[in-house]
Amino acid sequence: MISKALGWIRAHVLLAVTVLILLFLIAPNVIMLVFSFNEPPNKYNFVWNKFSTNAWQHPCASSDMCSSIKLSVTIAIIATIGATALGTMVAFAMTRHRFKARSAINVLLFLPMAAPEVTMGMTLVTFFYNTIGSGALGFWTIVIAHIMFSLSYVVVTVKARLAGMDPTLEKAAADLYATPTQTFRRVTLPLVMPGILAAALLSFALSIDDYIITVLTAGNEVTFPMYVYASFQHSVPAQIDVIGSTMLLITLAGIAFAQVPQIIKTRRA
Amino acid sequence: MTAATAQLDAGASPAVGESRRKRNPLPYILLAPGVLWLVLFFLIPIFTAVSASVQTGSLDEGFTLTWRWANYSDTFSTYNSEIAHSLFYSVACTVLCLLLGYPLAYFIAFRGGRWKNLLMALVIAPAFTSFLIRTIAWETILADHGPVTRFLMDVKVTDLMAHLGLLTNNHQLLNSPFAVIFGMVYNFLPFTVLPLYTSLEKIDPRLHEAGADLYCSGFKTWRHVTWPLSLPGVIAGTLLTFIPAVGDYINAYMLGSPNTMVIGQVIENEALRSESGYPTASAMGVVLTVGTLLIVLFYVKRAGTEDLL
Repeated sequence: MISKALGWIRAHVLLAVTVLILLFLIAPNVIMLVFSFNEPPNKYNFVWNKFSTNAWQHPCASSDMCSSIKLSVTIAIIATIGATALGTMVAFAMTRHRFKARSAINVLLFLPMAAPEVTMGMTLVTFFYNTIGSGALGFWTIVIAHIMFSLSYVVVTVKARLAGMDPTLEKAAADLYATPTQTFRRVTLPLVMPGILAAALLSFALSIDDYIITVLTAGNEVTFPMYVYASFQHSVPAQIDVIGSTMLLITLAGIAFAQVPQIIKTRRA
Repeated sequence: MTAATAQLDAGASPAVGESRRKRNPLPYILLAPGVLWLVLFFLIPIFTAVSASVQTGSLDEGFTLTWRWANYSDTFSTYNSEIAHSLFYSVACTVLCLLLGYPLAYFIAFRGGRWKNLLMALVIAPAFTSFLIRTIAWETILADHGPVTRFLMDVKVTDLMAHLGLLTNNHQLLNSPFAVIFGMVYNFLPFTVLPLYTSLEKIDPRLHEAGADLYCSGFKTWRHVTWPLSLPGVIAGTLLTFIPAVGDYINAYMLGSPNTMVIGQVIENEALRSESGYPTASAMGVVLTVGTLLIVLFYVKRAGTEDLL
C-alpha cells in the first residue's frame, strides 16, 4: 500500500518536472510572440506597455534591420545549397563504399560539430588574414564558413536516412534489368530525398541563426543576428520580435504542412 | 547504426553492379570536395592559428613570426578570471542540463506513449527561431521589478544566492553569474536531451519489468539497469553541451555584466577591436581548441568513431 502510494507520487513528480521543464523551454517563444504586439515604453522592448500592431504594420521601420535580413537569407540559401551538395556526396561515399582512411574521415567530420564555435571562427579568420588578407573578409568568407560548419550535420542526416533504407529495393531494381544509373535515379534518389531535404532545412536553420563564426568572418557585412547583437547595446525595437515570430510561424507552418500527406495516408489506411 | 552501416557496405556493392570493384575511384570523387573543404577551412586554420599565436606586431605594422611563446603565459595571466568564468559556467551548465534533461528524456522515452514525437518536437521547437531573440526574452522574464524577481526576493532565495556569489546583489537576477548560467542551461538543454532520449528510447521496457520481478525497487532498477544502459547518451549529451557552452559568450553578454566576462568575449574583442590583440586571440583559440580536441579524442577512444555520427 505504502509502496503503491510512493510509486504514484514518483510517477507524478516526474510528470510535473517534465511539464515545468517544457514550460521553461517554451516561455521565451511565448514572450517573443506577445511582445511583438507591444508598444515599447522606451528604446528597449522589455516591459509590457500596451497592445499595438504597429511593429507588424511597419516591420522595416529600421531599414538596416531589413537589409541585414536580406543578407542573412541570401547567405543561408547559398550555404545550404553548397553544404547539402557536398555533404550528400560524402554521406553516399560513407555508407555505400569501402575506402581507406575511413575512421580518419569520420573524426574529421565529427570535429566541426564538437569544436566550440568561437575557436572555429577564430582559427578561420586567422587563416583568411594570412592568405587573402583582412580586406577580403565579407560575403564569401561568411558563405565559406557556413558551408564548413553545416557540412557535418548534412552528412549525419543523409547518412541516417541511407542506413535506414531497405537494401533489397535496389537489388530488386537490378533484378529487373535497371542499369545502375536508372536504379540510382528511379529508386535510390527518391528514397533518400526526405533525408536530403531535412539536411537542407537543418543547414539553412544553422546558417541563418549563426552569430559567433559569422561576426568573426564578416568583415564589414552585417547579418541579422549581428544586427540583433549590436542593437542590444542601444535599443531593442519590437520589430525584432516580429521577425522572430515570423520565423517561428513559418517553420511551424512548414512542419504542419509536411505532416498533411502523412495524416491523409493514415486516415485512408 | 554501426551494424546497419556495415551490412550496407557488404551488401550494396554487388547489388549496384559488378563495375564497382576494387580501385573504384567513385568513393574518392564523392568524398573529395567535402573532405577538401573541411581540410582547407577547418583543419589547416588550426595550424595557422598556432603559428599566429606566437607572432608579434600590430595591425598597422603587420605581424611577424617571432616564436613568442610568452603570448600564452601573458594570455593566461591577463585573462585568468575570464578563463575561470568560462570553465565554471560551462561545468555548472553541463551538470544542470544533465539533472534537468535526464528526467525529461526519461519521461518522454518511457511514459511518453503515443505523445513521444510531439513531446520531442516541443523540446526542439523553441529552436525554430533566433536564439538571440529568445535570450533577449529572458530580460523580460527575469526583469528587475518583474514577478519572478519579486517572488524570489519574498522567499529570501535571492539573499541566499547573493550570499553564494551567484547574484551581484539581492534585488536583481539579471547581470549576474546566475543569469548567465540560467541562459546557458536554457540554450543548451536540447543538446543534452536529444542524445539522452536516443539512448533511453532504445532500452527495452521489459528490462524494467524483469527488474521488478526480481524484487528490485524502482530506484534499484534504475541504478543497476537503466543508468548503465543510458551511459552512451549521458556521455554524448554532456559532451555536446559542454563544448558549445565553454565557447559561448552570447549569454554572458546579454544576461551578464562586465563582471561575468568569458573567454569568447575576450577572443572577439581581441580579434575584432584591438590593434595588436590578434596573437592573443589566436593563443586563446588554440588553448580552447586543443582542450576540446583532447576531450573529444578521449571520447573517441572510449566510444569508437562510428557511434559519433
